[in-house]
Amino acid sequence: MRIRIDHSTRYAYARPARFIVQMLRLTPKSCESQQVREWRIETDVDARLRRSEDAFGNIVHSLYTERPTDALTIRVTGEVSTVDTGGVIRGQNDRLQPGVYLRDTRLTQADPALVEFARGIGEGGPLERMHRLMGAIHGGVAFEVGATSATHTAAEAFAIRRGVCQDHAQIFITCARTLGVPARYVSGHLNRSDGQHDQDAAHAWAEAWIEGLGWVGFDAANGICPTDNYVRIATGLDALGATPIRGTSYGGGIGTLTVALHVRPVQQSQQQHQSKGWS
Amino acid sequence: MLSRTADSLYWTGRYMERADFLARILEAAIRLAALPAKDQATVTAWAGAIASSGVKSGFDASGRTVSEKSVREYLAFGADNSTSIKACITKARTNARSVRTALTIELWEAINGAWNGLNELGEPTKRDDFTNFLDFVKSTSLAVEGASSRTMLRNDAYWFLRLGMAIERADNTARLLDVKYHLLLPPGERVGGQLDYFQWTTLLREVSALTAYRWVYRESVRPWLVADLLVLNRQMPRSLASCQGMIVSYLERLATDYGRRGPAQRLASNRLTQFNEARIEDIFQSGLHEYIQGFLNENNALAAAVQEQYLV
Amino acid sequence: MNGGGSGTIRDSYKTLAAWLENAPPDLLQARSRQAELFFRRMGVTFAVYGDEESNERLIPFDVVPRIIGADEWGGLEKGLKQRVTAINAFLKDIYGPQDCIRAGIVPADLILTNPHYRPEMQGRRPPGDVWCHIAGVDLVRTGEDGFYVLEDNVRTPSGVSYMLENREMMMRLFPDLFAEHAVRPVEIYTDMLLRSLQASAPSGAGEDPTIVVLTPGPFNSAYYEHSFLADKLGVELVEGGDLFVNDDTVYMRTTEGPKRVDVIYRRIDDDFIDPLTFMPNSAVGVPGLMSAYFAGRVTLANAVGTGVADDKAVYTYMPEIIRFFTGEDAILKNVPTWRCREADALKEVLGKLDELVVKEVGGSGGYGMLVGPTSTKAEIEAFRAKLIADPDDFIAQPTLSLSTAPTLNGGSLSPRHVDLRPFVLSSPAGVRVAPGGLTRVALKEGSLVVNSSQGGGTKDTWVLDN
Repeated sequence: MRIRIDHSTRYAYARPARFIVQMLRLTPKSCESQQVREWRIETDVDARLRRSEDAFGNIVHSLYTERPTDALTIRVTGEVSTVDTGGVIRGQNDRLQPGVYLRDTRLTQADPALVEFARGIGEGGPLERMHRLMGAIHGGVAFEVGATSATHTAAEAFAIRRGVCQDHAQIFITCARTLGVPARYVSGHLNRSDGQHDQDAAHAWAEAWIEGLGWVGFDAANGICPTDNYVRIATGLDALGATPIRGTSYGGGIGTLTVALHVRPVQQSQQQHQSKGWS
Repeated sequence: MLSRTADSLYWTGRYMERADFLARILEAAIRLAALPAKDQATVTAWAGAIASSGVKSGFDASGRTVSEKSVREYLAFGADNSTSIKACITKARTNARSVRTALTIELWEAINGAWNGLNELGEPTKRDDFTNFLDFVKSTSLAVEGASSRTMLRNDAYWFLRLGMAIERADNTARLLDVKYHLLLPPGERVGGQLDYFQWTTLLREVSALTAYRWVYRESVRPWLVADLLVLNRQMPRSLASCQGMIVSYLERLATDYGRRGPAQRLASNRLTQFNEARIEDIFQSGLHEYIQGFLNENNALAAAVQEQYLV
Repeated sequence: MNGGGSGTIRDSYKTLAAWLENAPPDLLQARSRQAELFFRRMGVTFAVYGDEESNERLIPFDVVPRIIGADEWGGLEKGLKQRVTAINAFLKDIYGPQDCIRAGIVPADLILTNPHYRPEMQGRRPPGDVWCHIAGVDLVRTGEDGFYVLEDNVRTPSGVSYMLENREMMMRLFPDLFAEHAVRPVEIYTDMLLRSLQASAPSGAGEDPTIVVLTPGPFNSAYYEHSFLADKLGVELVEGGDLFVNDDTVYMRTTEGPKRVDVIYRRIDDDFIDPLTFMPNSAVGVPGLMSAYFAGRVTLANAVGTGVADDKAVYTYMPEIIRFFTGEDAILKNVPTWRCREADALKEVLGKLDELVVKEVGGSGGYGMLVGPTSTKAEIEAFRAKLIADPDDFIAQPTLSLSTAPTLNGGSLSPRHVDLRPFVLSSPAGVRVAPGGLTRVALKEGSLVVNSSQGGGTKDTWVLDN
């Protein structure tokens, strides 16, 4: 499947910001399940972008504005062709050993309730247990926008049994690690099967390291393993590590953030159309 | 030097100067209010102190009504007044403390001494004690200025400290002069009458310029001559023209040391040229109050330019 | 008069002992009062957390010097260089090929899930492969058989300002004593540090790299030391807000415009150094700093992630680590340590808690530890519960019979327990040790806790020349 993504993030500052620094994790890498055909990042004000790769294997752009700015829009557009690999990730070079993904982070620290929940998954092979874990979270934590915020920990979201995809993913990661299975957070996009192309927010899910198989995706919010409807963008130890944009403005005060996201399959007839971009 | 260091030095200078100015405003108000009370003279004096300190909106918003007690308390100690004497000295000391190593021991001790004294004297309410307090505040600004001029190297640290003092002093002299504008003469009093005369004299005394006035003009006190002394006279160290001269010279020293002139230098020297060409008759013609308001706006613009060029 | 654990006078103290015999009886006390006065006036203070009253407290200074003979120092210096060389090689390996994990020298999980291991640094190489530019190694001696390492402080070790101030004070108080001893100058430390930092600058920094000291600010307990060092090095003392990163380059804001910074001697912990990479709510860091660092445009001293080498659990593997990376046996010994993460060790420890010192793996400053012999039954039982709940978090060591040094106590000298923190500097140009260190002394009779936050004092440390 070919998936076209158009993702705009707009920052409007209370006062003109003298200077803005941001770290962007907005660019996907190719692997067996996805080929990046075209990708570009554009800003509506003059800014320098420096590209690098972090230890987690993400493409990072450091963004620096060049003059005082009262609003900044970062627009990412591109096209990725995907195949369904049953959620298994292959063809990625990992700098970090899987054991790193057993680390605690502030957002994914297990509390007694999560430990108990994870142990309740029961015995079995790791793959089987991860599937059961995904099912248990999908069934036990309701999807509800507004119940949690981006700074909620897995334990906090689990306590109220509500949250969005970030919370489902972080609860999954926390439990998997408790069970001794390395797990990481993935931010990305979902081409929704209900045809809802305009979306309010990007998607997120988890990946677990299964010995002998490698990294396998688990989308606890939807209760399925990623298919060819999924585009992986960035991974990290938790939501913070895979945040699409982390930044600071100097002198901009408190501003507002607006996200516009459009994810849709590309029709065959449109596939000829390609423009040059850098990824 | 680090912009933060320059910023702290500059604000140390400004806050110390402003504490001194507030003490002088309060002293003037006490004198003016002590006139044989005719109608609203007392209230007018205290309302004038609030207006010329530039804190009228904050004072009104605090729910206070004008009286000797409330104005004294608000301007000297008001916990809800971020530019009270107490707040100014505290902020001056906080700024100085963060750049301790850029100060001489003598200067630090003068500033720290002001802050210690503040704590020792408390918040006196009796008029005698309050007057002593104001004397103390004025003496600390002398000590700080003396310590800086006698012990500091003539480098950028010194120029930024002095620049802060000079910009604040220009602002303060202008405001002090404007006090007279706010002291509307009560009905029945004529311009040039006894009360009018007394008000002008008090004003002069508050900038330690009564004797200077007599030396310079050898005449009885006349409004336009007082204005001439405080606005245009270059012999008078607090006059707007003198302050402007100091600002220009400090900025020029910085430009020389750094080998670069900028908007602050251009703005400041343009203004000095205007002073050289101004005549007090013309100023009175178009209104002293309006002139002062214009000056204050330009002074703020200059302060903003200094901030932008050096301190951020 | 006693310079060792066994009640005899070490040779190195003999001249001092003779001098004291001829001195007027109240001389030491008078000098001691003088010293306190000087320190207070200079503002040599230390802020103690949670102690608002004495926000700026003076660390007690003992006027009797701690003296180390030339031979003794020679061995110590060799041992320190060996140890720090091994630590740098270990860090290079951990953040590189991880041979020491593969070879089974250290367990993988101990490293990979260690809170001080920074995955962000995996695959990175700081200039000259120097990770730990400044180390402060805590040593104790027990009897005659040499020194033991208590802790390797390789994150942002502090205390060097006391080492330097104490010497200055002693030279002022006892000029004639120096005339009778050939004391090696410790004052060269700041010069050594400056050269070391210059040599560590990134390639492309030019002949005269711009160095700064980065402090969390005046409210940090070691702020005095930060400003002291900046002053002595002749470099700017900056706070996070004074720096900014543009186009992967670090600049400081000055009145003459942005000035490029090449080397940052940072006294801020990893967690706080860049809110865009680590803790997002840090107000003392520099947004984007890690981007400049990864791009090789700035040197951070110490490097990010060095803490994995001074973790108390990793410490227990140090003899093996030294052998693996240097091919030699460790010259400085480790204190025998039980790793409570290992079941057998835990059992043994629980059986004799009243004899042992138990430390939290991530603790520092003498907090979160149990000193068995001086604790009450209730304290021991409370600690036992903590230990059982989280054995991975603890190590245990025997209570060492620490050596003592003569210390002024009222009008006379009494033996008090001491430790020693020498400072070791590494750069691509080599590893050097300043001849001296910070001697900390437990002022309470019998006490083993020398931390300044818990009432310890300091002494000048004399290393004698041949």
